[in-house]
Amino acid sequence: MSVTQSEIRSGAYYDSVVLMQLQRNLLALPGVEDAGVVMATPANLELLADSQLLTADGKAAKPEDLLIVVKAASAAKAAGALAQVDELLKRRSSAAVAGSFRPRSLAGAAKALPAAEWVSVSVPGRYAAGVAEEALELGKHVFLYSDNVSVEDEIKLKQKAAEAGLLVMGPDCGTAIVNGIGLGFANRVRRGPIGLVAASGTGLQSVTAAIHNLGGGVSQAIGTGGRDLKADVGGASTQQGLAYLAADADTRVIVLVSKPPDAAVAGRLLAAALGAGKPVVVCFLGFPAPAQRLHNLHFASGLDHAARLAVELSLGNQSAAPSKKAKPLSGHLRGLFSGGTLASEVFLGLNLFLTPLFSNVAMRSEEKLTDVHHSQGHTILDLGEDEFTVGRLHPMMDNDLRLRRLKQEAADPQASLILLDVVLGEGAHADPASELAPAIAAARKARKDLEFVVLLVGTDEDPQDIEQQSKQLSKAGATVFREITPTLEHIIGRLTRAPVTETTPQPFAEPLAVINVGVESFYDSLVAQDAEAVHVDWRPPASGDEELMGILEKMKGR
Amino acid sequence: MIDIEKANQTAVSRMMSARPILKGVAPASEVIPGMRPNLLLHAGPPIEWARMSGPLRGAVIGALIFEGLAKNERDAEALVKKGEVDFAPCHHHATVGPMAGVTSASMMVYIIENETHGNTAYSNLNEGYGKVLRYGAYSKEVIAKLKWMNDAMGPALAKAIEASGGLDIRALLAEALHMGDEGHNRNKAGSILYTTKLAPWIAQVTSDSALKAEILKFLGENALSVLNPVMAACKAMADAAHGIEGSTLVSAMARNGTDFGLRVSGLGDQWFNAPAEVPDGLYFPSFSSKDANPDIGDSTITETAGIGAFAMAAAPAIVTFVSGTPQDALNATLEMYEITAAEHSHFTIPQLEFRGTPTGIDIRKVVELGITPRVNTGIAHKDAGAGQVGAGLVRPPMKIFEDAIRAYAKQYKL
Repeated sequence: MSVTQSEIRSGAYYDSVVLMQLQRNLLALPGVEDAGVVMATPANLELLADSQLLTADGKAAKPEDLLIVVKAASAAKAAGALAQVDELLKRRSSAAVAGSFRPRSLAGAAKALPAAEWVSVSVPGRYAAGVAEEALELGKHVFLYSDNVSVEDEIKLKQKAAEAGLLVMGPDCGTAIVNGIGLGFANRVRRGPIGLVAASGTGLQSVTAAIHNLGGGVSQAIGTGGRDLKADVGGASTQQGLAYLAADADTRVIVLVSKPPDAAVAGRLLAAALGAGKPVVVCFLGFPAPAQRLHNLHFASGLDHAARLAVELSLGNQSAAPSKKAKPLSGHLRGLFSGGTLASEVFLGLNLFLTPLFSNVAMRSEEKLTDVHHSQGHTILDLGEDEFTVGRLHPMMDNDLRLRRLKQEAADPQASLILLDVVLGEGAHADPASELAPAIAAARKARKDLEFVVLLVGTDEDPQDIEQQSKQLSKAGATVFREITPTLEHIIGRLTRAPVTETTPQPFAEPLAVINVGVESFYDSLVAQDAEAVHVDWRPPASGDEELMGILEKMKGR
Repeated sequence: MIDIEKANQTAVSRMMSARPILKGVAPASEVIPGMRPNLLLHAGPPIEWARMSGPLRGAVIGALIFEGLAKNERDAEALVKKGEVDFAPCHHHATVGPMAGVTSASMMVYIIENETHGNTAYSNLNEGYGKVLRYGAYSKEVIAKLKWMNDAMGPALAKAIEASGGLDIRALLAEALHMGDEGHNRNKAGSILYTTKLAPWIAQVTSDSALKAEILKFLGENALSVLNPVMAACKAMADAAHGIEGSTLVSAMARNGTDFGLRVSGLGDQWFNAPAEVPDGLYFPSFSSKDANPDIGDSTITETAGIGAFAMAAAPAIVTFVSGTPQDALNATLEMYEITAAEHSHFTIPQLEFRGTPTGIDIRKVVELGITPRVNTGIAHKDAGAGQVGAGLVRPPMKIFEDAIRAYAKQYKL
């Protein structure tokens, strides 16, 4: 047998929806069959009467009274429910601690956190390029963690970014540290003067960690994604990262890390690095170091070595004053060697910088000269090779072949710099300069733009009088070096030009603010690092319906 | 390639620059284009008698009795079945009506003129709470109240509005949003403003002091008095944005109790329909969702024009309809920014630092993000004449937006 009980609260006004809410909560209590919570206006009393909820007490209520009626299985249950009214009203207000709004779109997130310059994208690869493109359209840098993004999309994104002075780190970029905040997977590393660009996630992590462990610190660690230094992507992000660090006042030393890069791309990067105006530690895995150091480039033999070099350089006070050099030459190098090993050494020292570099001593077929009698592009010739010495004396003794080839090269307008080795000592020609210097002088007279470099190998005890040799050659107009490294530095300085950098990214704003799209734990770790962040409650567009997504893409004009 | 962004900017700026002025009250047959004695206008997209839900059928019966075309329910049904009654959506006649929205030839309607673009829109008079035609009630008292509204209050309102020179509904709404209204489910402040503005004119033009008092009491006690002029104003604004070549903005959302219908600015006059859903909400004593009719009414024109659920942040008092909190009210509006083209230049929300309300629903964003528009709504009993059983939140079915996207691709050869 059901029991109906009521309670009147005089003069207690609540908005009708609050009352409906209370009524719903009362109905949810055990044993409650029906409930009515109303301001006791005549119309409301009528409503209660219609549903058999109007008690004798209730009838006496006035319009400004709150009337609460409960119909329950027993008197105890009804009374119990009424006793909970205050509790239920209170519960409402404590439940009011609701989560703040989570935007669903990038545009919405950008409005919610206008300071965000970065978008971290970790959505499935199928959708990643679309999200990244939208981020660029909103004028944001992109940290693109997602993999399975096509090379075509990667190229398109990086082009778009470069045009806008933005960075795309990735795709498949596992790690980065921006303004001391780790994106993706990143170690906690103190801030400091070393800036890194890396086409290698774990490479970047291990170098940054080692720098920290050695007492150093990191200004920025820019990831580029593993494919950035492949030929088709062309090092777009690395180039921009380098330009950023070169311009960044907080970065004193730059570290460049890559898994085996494409040779031509590596060449362009090194040319850019030469113009960075600060020490650059280069760690290209799989490429032999051309020297320990060439100008401001310090070549590391591995990741740990790179970290150590960087920390040492950052502690040192050396400023890599960019050598004030004359306008670089636009033509090609022609190296005419009498010594095979010297040719090889110089070839290896230069082939990262002058690409492509051809030689008859090259190991890789694409660098082999097609016709040793005709130079092509940058060429280094070992004239002591059998193909040249058949039937004649070795060029260390007989200059005839070299003089003829020198003339041939000087007549080639493509040639801008001719490099010769002159090896003194027992058994060698008694006075090589006496034959070479006039030829050099003659060539220089015919072509003012043609330069000569001589690598002079010998000692002050050699019979040819090394000082005398040097003087003759210098007088003829050649620049003379007695060691290989300065020779390489000189040639690199004369023949490489920093690539035209696209718009250098603007300084990253402090404090870092990031829009996170995708993996929520990346958002959590941003917040844990005290970065400003907003997480996008992302879903596949059009719930993943390919047909609709296709139409929507077309509507965006993409 | 059509410039969708530009088309949408044109559409939404027309919507926002429209200035709806309440110009008068007159019988539908005298002002609504194409109105005739055997034509009944109804809410939502087109529908035939056989598919009409309870409340709509009830309102049809009531209107036929009101018009004197039928004596009772049986008469009315027989008349309909003989095919002597024509039905058309309000929307096809520049008209909107809350809930069933049934409007017949001799009913007094509000006349709203958009002074910026010159188009006109209409809506019937609001009956207040309880047993009312718009919820499908057609008892004697219902018809008697309609008669009083039509014969006593209507002419007085007509004279008063004329004497006032017109009432700027956009300005009134902008003010009401700063007083806790969202313009759809909560029109408390707006209705008081409306009554206050008209009161002196009503007093001036009405000689019978008992009638004066009756009218002022009726308007003043009805927290929905202004809903109908507001809806007509929204219709005038939305119509100004309709028919823009290439635009993907919604120009009408409306429900007939069976179907939820959608119109898109750049897709002509076609409707995209799918079954209407039952709102999620709070129910009056002794009712539950089992009693509820699927979503009904043209009042979604408010959300179409950037108020209603889209301005929920301005009306935290009513968020409890969906067991919400004030934060949820903010979130509701913030969510709607995700799918709209602009922030309203006239309707602002104090709680969001006076940001304009999210305005101009873009079907592209709806489909891409999977976010359908929010709608605040009253809930009708599924049986004719039983009236309102609650209020709550509903969303249109995603299908109508997806269909519209496909139709767009076809029409614009994408």
